[in-house]
Amino acid sequence: MTNFFTTSIGRKILMSVTGLFLIMFLLVHLTVNSMILFDGTGDLFNRAAHFMATTPLIKVVEPLLAIGLLAHFLIASLITFQNQRNRNVTYGAFGRYEARNASQGSTWASRNMYILGTVIIVFLVIHLINFFWKMKFTGDPLLSEVIINGEHMENAYALVTGLFINWKWSVALYVVGAIALGLHLYHGVWSAFQTLGWSNKKWRKILNVIGVLFSTLLALGYAIIPLYVMIRSMI
Amino acid sequence: MKLTLKVWRQAGPKDKGQFETYQLDNASLDMTFLELMDALNEKLIAEGKDPVAFEHDCREGICGSCAMMVNGRPHGPGQEITTCQLNMKAFKDGETITVEPWRTNSFPVIKDLVVDRSSFEKIMEAGGFVNVEVGSAVDSNTYKVSKARADEAFDAAACIGCGACVAACKNSSAMLFVAAKVSQYALLPQGKTEGVQRAWNMLAKMDELGFGSCSNTGSCEAECPKGVSLSHIARLNREFIKAGFRKAGAEKL
Repeated sequence: MTNFFTTSIGRKILMSVTGLFLIMFLLVHLTVNSMILFDGTGDLFNRAAHFMATTPLIKVVEPLLAIGLLAHFLIASLITFQNQRNRNVTYGAFGRYEARNASQGSTWASRNMYILGTVIIVFLVIHLINFFWKMKFTGDPLLSEVIINGEHMENAYALVTGLFINWKWSVALYVVGAIALGLHLYHGVWSAFQTLGWSNKKWRKILNVIGVLFSTLLALGYAIIPLYVMIRSMI
Repeated sequence: MKLTLKVWRQAGPKDKGQFETYQLDNASLDMTFLELMDALNEKLIAEGKDPVAFEHDCREGICGSCAMMVNGRPHGPGQEITTCQLNMKAFKDGETITVEPWRTNSFPVIKDLVVDRSSFEKIMEAGGFVNVEVGSAVDSNTYKVSKARADEAFDAAACIGCGACVAACKNSSAMLFVAAKVSQYALLPQGKTEGVQRAWNMLAKMDELGFGSCSNTGSCEAECPKGVSLSHIARLNREFIKAGFRKAGAEKL
């Protein structure tokens, strides 16, 4: 008997569920990051980061996130590989059409989700080396302890702002990451709901609007923070 | 009008195939694209050459035979038309037109532009039918169907099984075709006997035949000559998820 999760729809449902889970993480992450914008002393961000690092819930959520992301990427690789293989017929290069007007009715983002996802993964590795790795394992002189309201904690604010002030190219890198994420979500949000069957002629329009607003909010939010830190350091 | 036609020629399923370029001087704006292909074939026959094999039947947009990729679009430029409904007014004098068959492993080429679409038949055999009592016809109005439901079912039933959705899809997925067939029956009381088993069986067959999965890009809907909506794919997904839950609970649906 065919197993549910080995069927084409079953796999897409796994993509959709893991994707929506990762979106929730993105929202929490952006909320914490936005503290940088609202408090120049860094106390607000440091307290938020300290809370996120020490809450018992993180012990459960962190491995779940890693599994979710890995599953999202691996299943996407499998699906993409299989879909490419089906096109690989005996005609021209990769079985593509000689004349192809691929733009009909579909967005560039929707046709290039795997490429966008790969850009995000590459960005994520750099991002983890920049912050997560230092805070969790190796440490960094910038992270030296601060005391806020009598509580000792790492100075995550100094580490984050330090990167964007001392290495200007990192700002460009983070903006590119934010744009790739925005484009990925531009198609991903509505597509996740469509795959779960939560769409019809009316809801498709609503979901599309939600997708556009959500992806714009996240891309802008993530791009503004490094830009703000860099610009503020220059004036 | 004078036209250059770049047509895919392939002697048989095993042949490698290549493009051939032809000049046509006697094309007219009043022709349909199939009439242009007829004119090309008359010229080829007069020259003692092998005419281009292409499928055609009704020539009024309801049979779904005239499968060909014209300038990179299934059934050529224009919305909600088949190739037989494609008018030469869509082209300019002196233009080069590229004509190719549907290209996917699931539709192997038989000759030139003719592809084997029996994979669609196999999907239909897996669930594209209803079990009805034979004997005298039931009274009219025995089955009550709301107007909204009937309209939605009709939108799905408009599918002519041409394969443009597969040709347009970057994954060569047949999701729109399967969704149309599943939706049509899922919305009507006549389809209740088979229930969600239909969605399961037809999708499993689609996967088995090598069609790709759905990325929700919407290319299929844009190229569908009958304007079958993506919302039917959402319904197929719902039906399939229901089938998955029932399968998890019991062997038989």
